[in-house]
Amino acid sequence: MAYTEDDLKEELKGKEYKYGFTSNIEADKLPPGLNEEVIHLISAKKNEPEWMLEYRLNAFRSWQKMVEPEWAHVHYPKVDFQSLSYYSAPKKKGDVKWEDIDPEMKATMDKLGISMDEQKALSGVAVDFVFDSVSVKTSFQEKLKELGIIFCSFSEAVQNHPELVKKYIGTVVPTSDNFYAALNSAVFSDGSFCYIPKGVRCPMELSTYFRINEANTGQFERTLVVADEGSYVSYLEGCTAPSRDENQLHAAIVELIALDNAEIKYSTVQNWFPGDKEGKGGVYNFVTKRGICHKNAKISWTQVETGSAVTWKYPSCILKGDNSIGEFYSVAVTNHYQQADTGTKMIHLGKNTKSTIISKGISAGHSNNSYRGLVQIHKNASNARNFTQCDSLLMGDQCGAHTFPYIEAKNSTAKIEHEATTSKIGEDQIFYCNQRGIDTEKAINLIVNGYAKEVLNKLPMEFAVEAQKLLEISLEGSVG
Amino acid sequence: MIKINNLHASIDGKEILKGINLEVKAGEVHAIMGPNGSGKSTLSSVLAGREEFEVTEGSVEFDGKDLLDLSPEDRAREGLFLAFQYPVEIPGVSNINFLKTAINEKRAYLNQEPVSAKEFLGMVKEKSALVELDSKLANRSVNEGFSGGEKKRNEIFQMAMLSPKLSILDETDSGLDIDALRIVANGVNKLKSPNNATIVITHYQRLLDYIVPDFVHVLYNGKIVKSGGKELAIELEEKGYDWIKSENVEL
Repeated sequence: MAYTEDDLKEELKGKEYKYGFTSNIEADKLPPGLNEEVIHLISAKKNEPEWMLEYRLNAFRSWQKMVEPEWAHVHYPKVDFQSLSYYSAPKKKGDVKWEDIDPEMKATMDKLGISMDEQKALSGVAVDFVFDSVSVKTSFQEKLKELGIIFCSFSEAVQNHPELVKKYIGTVVPTSDNFYAALNSAVFSDGSFCYIPKGVRCPMELSTYFRINEANTGQFERTLVVADEGSYVSYLEGCTAPSRDENQLHAAIVELIALDNAEIKYSTVQNWFPGDKEGKGGVYNFVTKRGICHKNAKISWTQVETGSAVTWKYPSCILKGDNSIGEFYSVAVTNHYQQADTGTKMIHLGKNTKSTIISKGISAGHSNNSYRGLVQIHKNASNARNFTQCDSLLMGDQCGAHTFPYIEAKNSTAKIEHEATTSKIGEDQIFYCNQRGIDTEKAINLIVNGYAKEVLNKLPMEFAVEAQKLLEISLEGSVG
Repeated sequence: MIKINNLHASIDGKEILKGINLEVKAGEVHAIMGPNGSGKSTLSSVLAGREEFEVTEGSVEFDGKDLLDLSPEDRAREGLFLAFQYPVEIPGVSNINFLKTAINEKRAYLNQEPVSAKEFLGMVKEKSALVELDSKLANRSVNEGFSGGEKKRNEIFQMAMLSPKLSILDETDSGLDIDALRIVANGVNKLKSPNNATIVITHYQRLLDYIVPDFVHVLYNGKIVKSGGKELAIELEEKGYDWIKSENVEL
């Protein structure tokens, strides 16, 4: 008999989240609950200077006055912030030598395909691995040091480069920016820090790998990337989590600072556990990502989002300097009962600023996928230009795609273009592939990858292949 | 090569094919002609395995196998090729990537090694010249933004790359100007061998000036009502389909 879409549906139902294992690693974990005492404790555990503690406490006080935002097109039971643990660290800290790292954690890294083995690392990617709340190991540190590049865990940066952290933290995402950002600023545990000195072109991809392992913990990491004048860096971020029945919270902050003539390319492949096919479990991904561009600077966000039960995320650019450029390339896939409300904000402040937004949503199953974007042209931003293309691809008839574009132009010289399409994978396309000997499952992969190609092309090579595979795994081919 | 026996097929309960009998042997070219609505395209769809059509009676033997028992992709892998009347666009998927996937799927099915990059590029070069297809088109997305003529040439290019046993050309001449028609027909003629066979489905005799058939069949109202040599096509052109209709009023 012919292989039908129903067969495919059945087959794909069996396909499970590949990264859903848990690691049995002893953890040093705070009891659930959040108050000033907990914040003191976190800060003390990390041996932080006074100003860092003050920063956290200020954030906590503003967070207490805030309410959780409800404007996003997502529905989920409210998180009980008092039931979460705000700090979890593997007991054996592997910040010194590779040999000291818990073998169980090494096995975890192997499973995730992360090589910290610098001898064997042919891929030329420097990795910072963040396990639950703590950064475990950063590779290639020595080599980068020769160029004056600082790439280390956030905690180390607070200890070793306090002047840089103090100067830049919270300058793009202030503590009171939004509910989740305030929470993160109060309780953030670790993350990555990166500084590229003037005129230096970082010779390798820098990468952070995030993993939530412990149950009932929130992961709150911070990434701060500072590209000094005329420098360049390409930064990658990957995320996975074990399959757990309960929801896990991930509320991160990423701040990018591109000084005059600098360029930052920031790529994310997000594959947090999306919940099972009935919509049980999964990660709540409430992330604030923002970058600021000074004169002639450029920030480019590329994201492939296939995971998380609920995603709330808008990587944005503040185009402050004249002639600065902001880009946002996104593929967001939702399946089963996943919900994503994602997009970007391009804030044009400087003259001749340019922004490009390419957003590709793919919805399958019972999922909901929303694009929310703001293009804001301020009154001094003469000759600002924006191009937005926002496409949605629907698979099956149970899912939803939504677009919420906001445009505010206060300068009459602004040029703003917005294009949007919605399409379905056609029976005709699939049959055409079948007739050339390509089965339905492969045909869907081919069509989806073709659809997302513009964005996938923006990813560094190693990641593009990974991302393609991810798209294949995450899609249940409910076509019709 | 293919043996169609008393084939009946319907769509949404309406019978379109009402007992087709046809045998095509290796090395032969058969033309199937007929007025609009006679079931020509349905026949090609049923042979290729489109699911909307239900086969209610009859059998089709393809190279010793029961064709109707195979999935559409397995039919293709066994060597059945359909040149579509309306080729489909697949944005973002390059022609090259599409064809490489198709060829390797077929090879895997036949337990053969995947095609090497060198061999593949050699094939692309050779076969695209055959249909005078601009090499730029080979790198563009499948049929996206192609002109009508380019789409049809691309179909023949794909046919050349996949070297099928049996090719069915479904109204390949529709929408082609005379130059494009000549190029497409030349391509088909060059691909002809004693080991493969072609079924040309067309409304007009015009294409048959270029692709000369060994047999011509006239399809009317879901049945083959007349068969003959290539002169039948010319007779049909002169007398028009009304001639067939008036002879078959009882149908």
